[in-house]
Amino acid sequence: MNWLVALIALLLGRGRRRHAVPPERVVAPATQRPGAELVVIALLALASLSALAFVPIYALDSLRHLQTQLFGLSLGLAFAFLSAACIVVAKTLVPEEQIVDEYSEPEHAYEQATVEQIVDESGSRFTRRRLVKLAAGGAGAALGAALVTPAASLGPFLDVDQLRRTAWRRGVRLVDSDDKPVRAADVSTKSFLTAFPEGADRDAVGSPLVVVRLDPDSLELPVDREGWAPEGIVAYSKICTHAGCAIALYRTPLHEPTSSKSAFVCPCHYSTFDPAAGGKVLFGPAGRNLPQLPLMIENGELRAAGDFSGPIGPSWWGVRWGNQHRS
Amino acid sequence: MVGCALGEPAPVVIRRAVRFLDQRSGTAPLIRKALRYVFPDHWSFLLGEIALYCFVVLVGTGVFLTLFFEPSTEHTTYHGSYGPLAGSEMSQAYRSAVDMSFEVKAGLLMRQTHHWAADVFLVAIVLHLLRVFFTGAFRKPRDLVWYVGVMMLGAAMLEGFLGYSLVDDLLSGMGLAIAYSVVLSIPLIGGNLALLLWDGPFPGADTFLSRMYITHVLILPVLIAVLLTIHLLLIVARHHTQFRGPRASERHVVGTPLLPGYAPRSIGLAFGVAAVLILLGGLVQINPIWQWGPFETAQATNGAQPDWYLGWLIGGLRLMPGFDVTIGDYTLVPNAFWGGALFPLVVFAFLFAWPSLERRITGDTAFHNLLDRPRDNPFRTAVGAAMATWVFCVFVAGSSDRVAVWLKISYTAQIWFWRGAVVALPIAAFVFTRRLCDALREEDAPAGVRIVQA
Repeated sequence: MNWLVALIALLLGRGRRRHAVPPERVVAPATQRPGAELVVIALLALASLSALAFVPIYALDSLRHLQTQLFGLSLGLAFAFLSAACIVVAKTLVPEEQIVDEYSEPEHAYEQATVEQIVDESGSRFTRRRLVKLAAGGAGAALGAALVTPAASLGPFLDVDQLRRTAWRRGVRLVDSDDKPVRAADVSTKSFLTAFPEGADRDAVGSPLVVVRLDPDSLELPVDREGWAPEGIVAYSKICTHAGCAIALYRTPLHEPTSSKSAFVCPCHYSTFDPAAGGKVLFGPAGRNLPQLPLMIENGELRAAGDFSGPIGPSWWGVRWGNQHRS
Repeated sequence: MVGCALGEPAPVVIRRAVRFLDQRSGTAPLIRKALRYVFPDHWSFLLGEIALYCFVVLVGTGVFLTLFFEPSTEHTTYHGSYGPLAGSEMSQAYRSAVDMSFEVKAGLLMRQTHHWAADVFLVAIVLHLLRVFFTGAFRKPRDLVWYVGVMMLGAAMLEGFLGYSLVDDLLSGMGLAIAYSVVLSIPLIGGNLALLLWDGPFPGADTFLSRMYITHVLILPVLIAVLLTIHLLLIVARHHTQFRGPRASERHVVGTPLLPGYAPRSIGLAFGVAAVLILLGGLVQINPIWQWGPFETAQATNGAQPDWYLGWLIGGLRLMPGFDVTIGDYTLVPNAFWGGALFPLVVFAFLFAWPSLERRITGDTAFHNLLDRPRDNPFRTAVGAAMATWVFCVFVAGSSDRVAVWLKISYTAQIWFWRGAVVALPIAAFVFTRRLCDALREEDAPAGVRIVQA
């Protein structure tokens, strides 16, 4: 009987547009709130006013010095009023409903089995399935490798030697940030000086130096660095061996209760190095000493007497390879 | 007064629009269902929505910024209206970012709103993640949603980092130097990988800025948008989870329908998020790049801090005692790897592994639509509290230098304290949280309200 009714309904309904209006209310009925409506209208009006204010603020050059703040206020408040209007609508002007729906089925065993079957049966003409799979896998891997190969163009990744190259050679002059030669007399005991190799790229990791003057008697340099610090002037790479930041702090003169030695400090992670002891790590996360540059003085000007005691900059797998001066 | 009379026809415009759409797409049944889609009510379910609306604001403001930013390392001399930088040598990238802030009307508003939105975006994501974790919402059948969400967290952090790195001011350069060092520190391949990505040793070739730029404005936003779409579609397919309630069950979801109840609420939230972000962008200064100056390898500033969501990494880098792991002359693990790479890897591995790990530990492979209150699952809550404490301790340790300035407590002493605390406090948090959950459950028990877990 039911199926007959359904059939008739289906036949009659065919080709005919379904009634546009459902037979009964879908949304729960609720009382009307003219007061709340007025609040919403007022909020929308305030939003409009705030938004409209943006245009004169934009156009008036006399507001220049407060413009960003006024822009923010006008646009921000416009959104805030809109938000308030929506919230009033949500709280007072929509019917309060709690409706119940069903969670979807956890799984569809029949469909799962069918999908499996379709895939399986689709390959029924194949006889050497494993071999074909192997061949397809091989082709996929080979093609994948070919497609990834152009990524090798991204950078000179095999030439790891460039990670240790610097512009410092015996005889290269130290210059300051204005390209003026650094004179031994310029180097003080109270603060450090930043120097670069003359004529080289200053932004290269191997270029910048920190230079300070120490009491020659306080020096505890490794034995193989004799003569590296003329007049007690020492130079180290300015780039921290931990994470590549510039060592921009020099702890001197000393505050005796808290610090016992002058030290270079990196402001990124506070690795602390001892300028008197060949750049030894005193504290912090750095795993390698700061590379020292041998100096010499010619006509009062500072020059490098060779390259650094070890590789500059942050560490990588080959950083300790083949160093004459292990640091 | 009762609402509009039964059967009163809907406005003609709506009827026409619905008919138009249905006749061409056949989607009226779908739309009908969608309009009555059920959203269970709980304030904590809004955290994900806040993240979503932040993303919308980010895309909107970001598009504006691309119209003015020049991703170029070409050198130029500054002649703009900001006096202190007059005559400075800088890259076009930095120059255009400064000009955008001073010469372009509403440019600073957009830039600051963009930056604030990024910070709030990540706050919302992290709080959303914590909510999902502590209520067990990640369990089957929503573990896939969780994985996609964790991927978005990673993508959002990288996206944010690239965003402030593009500017080429001193702080962004310091951040990139650290990122370079962390890549360099990856065992076995780090040296090669860094050269590949930077197209040479730090600060890298000119191509590097182009790479960051396209990744920031296209690749990652598209990736996030795709993941976001999958995230939401999967949610819709499985419906929202809900807390236990009189009518809420594993089979039935109870809540407010999209229309009329939920839509105004959610749109109100969207406008509210936009309002807060724009007010912040207009009134509260963030990242005043003109004060940092252009980046030079030889420059660094004290007291530098990254955006908050990278604070845990700077903490990890600072806490690690200074040693490299070496085998003879071969450097197996350079120090920056521990805090900068391994630490976040472990945290992300935990996040990815937890749903299946919990299934294995508890043997609970059932479908779950009902949420746990954190106390209902003391073990999970305790593990989560321990992990959160661990990450939070490292995060706080990252601000030791600021604390040293404010409170005059020795930096070295603080670091030694935190080195111990990052081990001890998570264990304490585990034990304490477990006890707390048990105590809370005991308190619940006499009333007999708590429903026994299925």
